[in-house]
Amino acid sequence: MYKFRLWSVSNARKLEAVYRNFEPVLIRLHPLFKWLGYGRLEKPVRVVEKVIKGLMFDCQMCGKCALSSTGMSCPMNCPKSIRNGPCGGVRLDGNCEVKPEMRCVWVEAWRGSQQMRDSAAINQVQIPVNHLLKDSSSWLRVVRHEFAAHEKELAQ
Amino acid sequence: MIAPFEPHSGSPLPEKEGHVSRGRLERVLRAGQFAVTAELAPPDSALAEDVYERARLFDGYVDGMNATDGSGAHCHMSSVAMCALLTNVGYSPVLQISCRDKNRIAIQGDVLGAAAMGVSNILCLSGDGVQVGDHPEAKPVFDLDSMSLLETIRIMRDESRFLSGRPITSPPQVFLGAAENPSAPPFDFRPLRLAKKIAAGAQFIQTQYVFDIDHLRQFMAKSRDLGLLEKCFILPGVGPLASARTALWIRNNVPGIHIPDEIIKRLEGASEPKLEGRKICVELIQQIKEIEDVSGVHIMAYRQEDAVGEIVKQSGVLEGRVPWYPGCEVQSNLA
Repeated sequence: MYKFRLWSVSNARKLEAVYRNFEPVLIRLHPLFKWLGYGRLEKPVRVVEKVIKGLMFDCQMCGKCALSSTGMSCPMNCPKSIRNGPCGGVRLDGNCEVKPEMRCVWVEAWRGSQQMRDSAAINQVQIPVNHLLKDSSSWLRVVRHEFAAHEKELAQ
Repeated sequence: MIAPFEPHSGSPLPEKEGHVSRGRLERVLRAGQFAVTAELAPPDSALAEDVYERARLFDGYVDGMNATDGSGAHCHMSSVAMCALLTNVGYSPVLQISCRDKNRIAIQGDVLGAAAMGVSNILCLSGDGVQVGDHPEAKPVFDLDSMSLLETIRIMRDESRFLSGRPITSPPQVFLGAAENPSAPPFDFRPLRLAKKIAAGAQFIQTQYVFDIDHLRQFMAKSRDLGLLEKCFILPGVGPLASARTALWIRNNVPGIHIPDEIIKRLEGASEPKLEGRKICVELIQQIKEIEDVSGVHIMAYRQEDAVGEIVKQSGVLEGRVPWYPGCEVQSNLA
């Protein structure tokens, strides 16, 4: 929802903190997820993720969540799906060139990012979206990825 | 006067130390000359002569001409084809690639093809949305954006591979450009975004129209503070406005172009608005040249391409330098 989306940007710092706390919990649950089977979990987690992130960010389930680098403003809501915006067409009032009634998602991203602890994350160049990941759970992917990285660290 | 670094024949030029391309634009910029580029309007025809006729208008005044890629999301002759025609006779085009109409497979193929035909400069753009064009019902692609497009071509050139990792046997030697808009919000982020573009591979920047010189000065100052201007050549965009009505229409309908009231007032008060518009453009170019670290100008004279030569001449920015054009050797021998 558009209103919620703007609220999420306004509260980017709090949401960043929520994510910071939420992520280690999920990573700790990795053995449980593994026992249950990631394949079996994919569908229910995806549904939950879609509902929550859909409501708060108008999430498009690209499968490669960039919210922590984009001030909690989902770049997939840009009509040009620009992952490294804003484009040069932003109106002087900060609204979108394609949808004049909508705030530019990247003007919002800049606003949100400036409140976050990691305000420099927006300066990272985002790689192109992997379209194979569309409609898959970004949360489960992060957990698996982070756990693997964690294990690798321990092994060294 | 033909400058010593000015080549006397068509591209590609011999390879040169510290240069990524074999094109003229990079040579002119790296030689510290004030460069002039201009936008070449693509024809709505299948006639090669239409392209040459338009290109000839710029003969002796520009160091590169931009072949636009469906600008304004309107359908025209393709930029790759225009570049093929132009390089054929030795011109030095800047191939514009927009992410709106092609995915990463098509774009990478075009880059190889264009480089094979002698294209040495590529301007990476996200592109206008289909909604503003003549085919609003078309499917917008936007598989990449301007930033990831830059990175893709940089990887192809410097790492001799496609995005997929498959090797490229002979990489494209291209000078990479991008756009930026000093007059669009969020103003604080624009210089940081320029830094991102440079990190992604941008070596030169052609900006959106600059009518508000203060916006440009601020943008340049912040970029200088970030140390970006040593890594990238900046060519601000300019163009003549035909009348106050046109200026108002552009201001109200073309997002991202900011025209201050004073300019509109000047056009309103002029007895010959078209000439006044050109005069304003000449003055802007002269003011831009005075800004520290500006490397040139990019002239976008929509429907006034025939005025570009005169504008460049009056501005005096070439300081007597005559950029190469097909047949210029014959001209100078006669003179």
